[in-house]
Amino acid sequence: MDKQKLEFLNAKSDEIRKILIEMIGRLGVGHVGGSLSAVDLLTVLYYDLAKVDPKNPKDPDRDRIVMSKGHAGPALYAALASKGYFPMEEIKTLNQAGTNLPSHCDMNKTVGVDMTAGSLGQGISAAVGMALAGKMDKKDYRVYAIIGDGESQEGQVWEAIMLAGNKRLNNLTIFLDNNKMQIDDYVDNINSVEPFDKKCEAFNMQAIRVNGHDKEALENAILQAHKTTDKCTCIVMDTIKGYGVPWAVSKGVGSHSFSISEKEWREFCNKEND
Amino acid sequence: MQDIKELREIYCDSLLQMAETNKNIVVIEADLTNCIKTGRFKAAYPDRFINVGIAEANMIGVCAGLATCGKVPFCSSFAPFATRRCYDQIFISVAYSKQNVKIVGTDPGITAELNGGTHMPFEDMGIMRNIPNMVCIEPTDASMLKSLMPQIAAYNGPVYLRIMRKKCEQIYGDGAEFDMFKAFTLRQGSDLTIFASGIMVSRALEAADKLKSEGIYAEVINVYTWKPIDEETIVKSVAKTGACVVAENHNVHNGLFGAVSEVLAQNCPVPAESVSVKDQFGEVGKIPYLEEKFALRSNDIYDAAIKVLKRKK
Ligand SMILES: Cc1ncc(C[n+]2csc(CCOP(=O)(O)OP(=O)(O)O)c2C)c(N)n1
Ligand SMILES: [Mg+2]
Repeated sequence: MDKQKLEFLNAKSDEIRKILIEMIGRLGVGHVGGSLSAVDLLTVLYYDLAKVDPKNPKDPDRDRIVMSKGHAGPALYAALASKGYFPMEEIKTLNQAGTNLPSHCDMNKTVGVDMTAGSLGQGISAAVGMALAGKMDKKDYRVYAIIGDGESQEGQVWEAIMLAGNKRLNNLTIFLDNNKMQIDDYVDNINSVEPFDKKCEAFNMQAIRVNGHDKEALENAILQAHKTTDKCTCIVMDTIKGYGVPWAVSKGVGSHSFSISEKEWREFCNKEND
Repeated sequence: MQDIKELREIYCDSLLQMAETNKNIVVIEADLTNCIKTGRFKAAYPDRFINVGIAEANMIGVCAGLATCGKVPFCSSFAPFATRRCYDQIFISVAYSKQNVKIVGTDPGITAELNGGTHMPFEDMGIMRNIPNMVCIEPTDASMLKSLMPQIAAYNGPVYLRIMRKKCEQIYGDGAEFDMFKAFTLRQGSDLTIFASGIMVSRALEAADKLKSEGIYAEVINVYTWKPIDEETIVKSVAKTGACVVAENHNVHNGLFGAVSEVLAQNCPVPAESVSVKDQFGEVGKIPYLEEKFALRSNDIYDAAIKVLKRKK
């Protein structure tokens, strides 16, 4: 990745993080940690590799992006808002009565959201369905699904991975946001999902492990998935919950959902007043 | 009012108390320990506590297996994930297999607030009520939960418990006693009966106050156990009042209105009105917005009462 592109993508991920923190900050509370850990991937997808067009969000030939860990809706909304899928003003309505931006992703409410999620484990199956439909229709769109490491304790995740592996869905890329934490504790202290890459390989998939905040590594891994013709790819992204916002990272497991003060978000966003 | 405990505190207090004498009580969670706050149980009895991770279907199956070995598992999650997400496991491994598992679903109906539609259960009691032998209870407040917990633990069979996690309005005094198989008559009346459950009980009392100020006397009955339902109390009341309103934080289909109507249609048909969610999905919002949106306010109970009185000959 050339320097110019990297700088552009870094500027975009900074912007998305600011939108995200302002959005949750204005409401006062929300799923901060798991939203932040997915931002670098969303930046690479929306600003680099995914074939999507904010002006044509229902294009049947578009790439699909499924946020299976639906509580990270705010990260997706921030990316969509920065891309211009809907007016930036709307971010002020997160979780307010009658909003188009509910806490969990809703394909019928938010322009640009490809699948409803919130009950963990379900989005990835829908992504498999989208990839199968692409094969049936001989279309060349790609499907990207983002799952959580805690989410991967759901049996359904493995049902989906087994099918994707066996059907050799090379048009589907699954991203594990491996931030090592869930609500109660570290994932390893509860019920480890590792070695995730080895498990995927055993399920007839290609697995690539990367630093999920290294955009160049992410790009390379995705390009490798594109090149692979006979396998579905899982990209295990080692990430840090809350990445990019020091006071979120320092909360550790507590970064999952917490309150943000007006002072905190305004400082982070360099927004003294409206 | 200030020193009322959160329902989850009562829940864990009771578990701890019972666990002392009943070695078989075990607690199983699915990554919402920090929400139901059973961490104190984990600390006191680390070898009788299991966090299975985010795997509700597995949680239910594991509980069933534990129960076959004589354990009395109490497991929990947000109500949709404790019921809908693992329905067949509950049906087959727990109920059909006659296993003694206690399932706790939290954040009922509009109390799910900002978690929105995916997390807002208006159907949990309905689907659980449809499983043979499943006892379905929605305790009204902290005092009631405290009184019912030992009975639920002592009862040999599957129980679904629908509770708010946090503080809820106190209806009953500290130390009040309840029978898990009976309804509780909160107020005597002669003109109509209001059956209510959960957060609708305080709203029903408010509506009854307003009706009383207009010379209409409503009997208010708290039906906290939806199944098996206390037929005797229900029939006796409507035989006297001749009309009823049923108020629930739940979908109209297969909920408390359905349960009460089944009893009335067979035993004592009278005009009945329903205050409930009308076949809709939930959405994000705070309670004041949601109770208006879904018409679950005390005024809605009042209006339903006026309507049913017009139908009463
Ligand atoms: C089926 C289901 N069970 C429980 C929950 C509650 N819940 C929401 S987020 C979460 C933890 C998710 O952990 P992880 O997948 O690792 O997400 P991240 O760390 O990226 O936020 C839980 C248990 C849910 N949304 N769906
Ligand atoms: Mg995680």
